[in-house]
Amino acid sequence: MTDKEIVKLEDVWVYYDGAPALEGINLTVEQGDFLGIIGPNGGGKTTLLKVILGLIKPSRGKISIMGEPPEKRHSVVGYVPQYNLFARDFPINAIDVVLMGHCGRTRLFKRYSEEDRKSARSALKSIGMLDYEEHQIGKLSGGEQQRVFIARALVSKPKLLLLDEPTSSVDAATQTEFYETLEGLKQRMAIVIVSHDIGAVSIYVDKLACLNRQLFYHGSSEISPEVLEATYKCPVQMIAHGTIPHRVLKEH
Amino acid sequence: MLEALQFEFMQNALIAGLLASVACGIIGVYVVVKKIVFISGGIAHASFGGVGLGYLLGVNPVITATFFTVASALGMGLVSKRTKLPEDTAIGILWSMGMAMGIIFIGLSPGYAPDLFSYLFGNILTVPTSDITLMIILDIVIAVIVVALYKEFMVLSFDEEFGRVMGVPVERLYLLLLCMIALTVVILMRVVGIILVISMLTIPASLAKMCTTNLRKMMLLSTIFGAIFTFAGLWLSYELDLASGATIILVSGSVLLISLAVSKIRSRRNRIKKLSTTAFNSHGNK
Repeated sequence: MTDKEIVKLEDVWVYYDGAPALEGINLTVEQGDFLGIIGPNGGGKTTLLKVILGLIKPSRGKISIMGEPPEKRHSVVGYVPQYNLFARDFPINAIDVVLMGHCGRTRLFKRYSEEDRKSARSALKSIGMLDYEEHQIGKLSGGEQQRVFIARALVSKPKLLLLDEPTSSVDAATQTEFYETLEGLKQRMAIVIVSHDIGAVSIYVDKLACLNRQLFYHGSSEISPEVLEATYKCPVQMIAHGTIPHRVLKEH
Repeated sequence: MLEALQFEFMQNALIAGLLASVACGIIGVYVVVKKIVFISGGIAHASFGGVGLGYLLGVNPVITATFFTVASALGMGLVSKRTKLPEDTAIGILWSMGMAMGIIFIGLSPGYAPDLFSYLFGNILTVPTSDITLMIILDIVIAVIVVALYKEFMVLSFDEEFGRVMGVPVERLYLLLLCMIALTVVILMRVVGIILVISMLTIPASLAKMCTTNLRKMMLLSTIFGAIFTFAGLWLSYELDLASGATIILVSGSVLLISLAVSKIRSRRNRIKKLSTTAFNSHGNK
């Protein structure tokens, strides 16, 4: 293992009731990587995420996070779940959501320490949300909620930030703003985004991989129509709207 | 009512009401925010098996119910999380199996089952001092556990998956929460009865949720609401000679419905006010 290597998957297979969800995945994420993994729904994106998070043990193959099995490396990975999956009316303020990022470390009978609170505040500050710390989470806008969840992932000072469908149900302006936030974090950690939204992701990431049970990995975020077709099993047209900064891909 | 307070049964009733409010105030908040009302209903009804067991063995049914209800809560949690049965199916099955066992046990026990009705529908006026002692102990157990694991239960209720990712033992915490629901059911059994427990677990907490966005304050408020409802229901049932448990439920349910209606009207009025002011402003700008 090299020093820069954060996640390494070697020939990982996952079966659900005998049907393969992931087939022979090889993937390496290194320090400073900004990787997008795209693929159709049901293509195994969530499964791959759960393998990296240590929630699913692969049926075959090996996964290591900085040289150790994922369940020993909780604080290395900052996880931002699909943000629309929580109960919006839950009685909780932004700062308490962010504090949850510490829940793995603190012991029973102990409240969050002053230090925990400090680092939660500085995480909120780093993404420009400190003014909203006492706001109930559901009263924030979609983009603001998402930034709170990123702050929660940041408090454990992760080496890898893992985001699941971050731009689903967010408008275009918020999306741009969101990727700019990530741009600012790129220096400090590797970032992996999992999404079915080809257009938005491929504009911003440095590397791109397509997942449909198998992983088609690309060094750069230019991606050929053949690979997209192989992933999505149907012709795919790439679309860019209006004034969103976009990358024109070379002809193949 | 005041002259009635000199009777021991009336004093016990008030104490029991207060103790019940504490338990349902704390645990009801989790039931409401984590949306586990159905499994709580299942646990409540399955407790009838424990009551039946008490009659069969000739011991205080509240004691057997404590153990039986905790066991069925664990059973429901494990079957719904670990087997292939869909969660609500598993709950439904164990719900009725618990009740069925109660009926069989009572059928097998000799003689007539006295005050069976008070377990099913509650009778706060017949709570003996021994049950009060047990209620105090259970309240303390619940309070200590919730204080000790407050952060963990917060993660469990808000975002189970994130907790799992962070290495929080969410399944064990969930089972513990179900056990505490079981203890709360036992505490509430004498006050409103097995069948009516679910409304004491949900109504005060829902009302508290309308007032605050802080989980701790929600527990405190919900306890206060629970106490007010219990005392008001008790007083009404005494004055009008009605069943106490049912009166408590109807008082709390009516208050909840009225506050829902009021908040609806208020938010509509605010919207209209906002609309008219923006219309006015844009007019003024021209």
